[in-house]
Amino acid sequence: MSVLTLPAQPGQDTAPRPLPWRRMAWVTWRQQRATLISVPAVLGAVAVFLVIFGLKVHHDYAAIVKCPLVGSVQNESGACQQLFSRFNATDWPLGNTCAILMALAPVLIGAFAGGPLLARELETGTYRYAWTQGLGRERQVIAKLALVGITLAVVTGAFGELFAWFFQPFLYTEELNVLTDTVFSARGLVFPAFTLVAFAIGAFFGMLLRRIVPAMAATLGVYLAVRLAAWGVRKYYPVAVVTSNSKIFSQFQTPSLPGFPWILTTWVTGPGGKPASPSVANRILNGPGPSPGASVPAGYTEWNRWIPLSHYWPMQFIEAGWLLVIAVALFAATVSLVRRRAA
Amino acid sequence: MNVIETRELGKRYGKTWALRDCTLALPAGHLAALVGPNGAGKSTLMNMVVGLTVPTEGTAAVLDGQPAGSPAALNGVAFVAQDAPVYKNLSSADMLHLTANLNQRFDRSFAKARLADLGIPLKKKAGKLSGGQQAQLALTLALARKPRLLILDEPLASLDPIARQDFLSAVLTAMADDGVSVLLSSHQVAELERVADYLIVLSRAQLQVAGEVDDLLACHRVLTGPAAEAQEYATRLTVVQTRRGETQAHLLARTSGPADPVPPGWESHPVSLEELVMAYLRSPGVSEPTAFARVQRATSKEATR
Repeated sequence: MSVLTLPAQPGQDTAPRPLPWRRMAWVTWRQQRATLISVPAVLGAVAVFLVIFGLKVHHDYAAIVKCPLVGSVQNESGACQQLFSRFNATDWPLGNTCAILMALAPVLIGAFAGGPLLARELETGTYRYAWTQGLGRERQVIAKLALVGITLAVVTGAFGELFAWFFQPFLYTEELNVLTDTVFSARGLVFPAFTLVAFAIGAFFGMLLRRIVPAMAATLGVYLAVRLAAWGVRKYYPVAVVTSNSKIFSQFQTPSLPGFPWILTTWVTGPGGKPASPSVANRILNGPGPSPGASVPAGYTEWNRWIPLSHYWPMQFIEAGWLLVIAVALFAATVSLVRRRAA
Repeated sequence: MNVIETRELGKRYGKTWALRDCTLALPAGHLAALVGPNGAGKSTLMNMVVGLTVPTEGTAAVLDGQPAGSPAALNGVAFVAQDAPVYKNLSSADMLHLTANLNQRFDRSFAKARLADLGIPLKKKAGKLSGGQQAQLALTLALARKPRLLILDEPLASLDPIARQDFLSAVLTAMADDGVSVLLSSHQVAELERVADYLIVLSRAQLQVAGEVDDLLACHRVLTGPAAEAQEYATRLTVVQTRRGETQAHLLARTSGPADPVPPGWESHPVSLEELVMAYLRSPGVSEPTAFARVQRATSKEATR
């Protein structure tokens, strides 16, 4: 009896060798093919559209730039004003729609890629096949999260850069800037970071709830909370500067960073550095005058706490950083759930 | 060597125990039948043995003390879950390639030859195969891993009689060719009577009895005698089930064997496997399975020596 049950090669079972990552990558590719093809395909199709439409936007914008004093009184009836109106009437609505879609993209990608990642295995019962194979469930799940996560981050990172190029003219014409919420979170490092967080939320709730549709619904809700939190805390990032009012305008309308910096608070001090009385402060802050700063009487100074547009990258790093921490924590929680409560 | 060893194994879902206090030692080389009604804890036991479910209490080990779910255990144990789950959108060939990539050991040529023998097309999606073909595909993938222990959860439930025959003969062939030990669960006893040589009975989340079929049949007897004396006689034996007529009583009892002396006025008959299983299922908790399993383990060890 014992002779029969000996394995073919006795040494083989005592120390199992780890399976190579390349094989795990193939397994993940085979199981997540739909996600790994459809997300880049859809984004690729939209990218083609963005390039074509973006070339038109940039062309239209170049014509406007040639005009002196865009939107000023002197040009109201001129050809330049017509160009500008047409730009606002034809290019901007579509550009605005694209900006809104960019705000929705991370959560849509995250819910559709992350929600079913583990929930489908649990819903259809195939986890009982997959997680009893020699590879073991933890490494399979880690390989899945890593491969799909990295793919999504790379693809959305590239897409965010394309959107940044596409949207640049609107920053000049629509009085937006790179720190405006819809712009800031749709480009740079923050856009892929949001996508990764949404994906991590989807995967985590898929494992927790074990059902695809509830997991996707939970992803929408929790992602919205994260997104609102990001919008809320952004102004507290330690990148703001405090200067007298006139310094701000030296940054105004630099060609590479269009738009007005983000002014958080404004106050006025009188002679000797004491805070001005509210009535004086009001008069100064709401006072007339074509060039700001000139309206401030002698001895009084207008102060601002503001974020220069040049601090865009530090802000991107801070926001992408904490989003990444959340995503990694959710991935770890997912793997821990897989380890502890498979069935 | 024991292919499965559990010690006071238990799993609780909420307030309900799906399985409790299960101490079991299954020696190698058997086709063991795990029988019990639905909800008796068969799947729970199997899931804990293959490492899918983490026990609430106790321990489960396979293949000579490898903790359930450990890399060595996963490597040597193949599991075909209830309804033989396969990725429905993958073709048989892809399932084969997938399983090969998920395991260190996989005999591709064996798997391909077996699927060809069975007439299962490699190009067809697994979801489009018949229930019997899906079960055979899942079994083929499990066997091609060359496991030392094969665990099959209700493999026959969804199959028609011919497919059942084919499935069981495939399992028996693998046992003969590769020396694989098999644990197979079912709620149909009659079908297993011909093939199983080890029996494990679960009922109401408790292990009722476990042992080699021949031993169990040898030491269980139906004792028929005057109903009036039944009560007195029963106190001296472990009675699994009592059926009383007006004058006669039938006791299904555990004895030390067919040679066990019978009091005057009583007759001793052998039991069939189905009778035995039914008796344990009808009156759960009558036995002390733990103690009995230990005795069994001791005797089987002696036998191997």
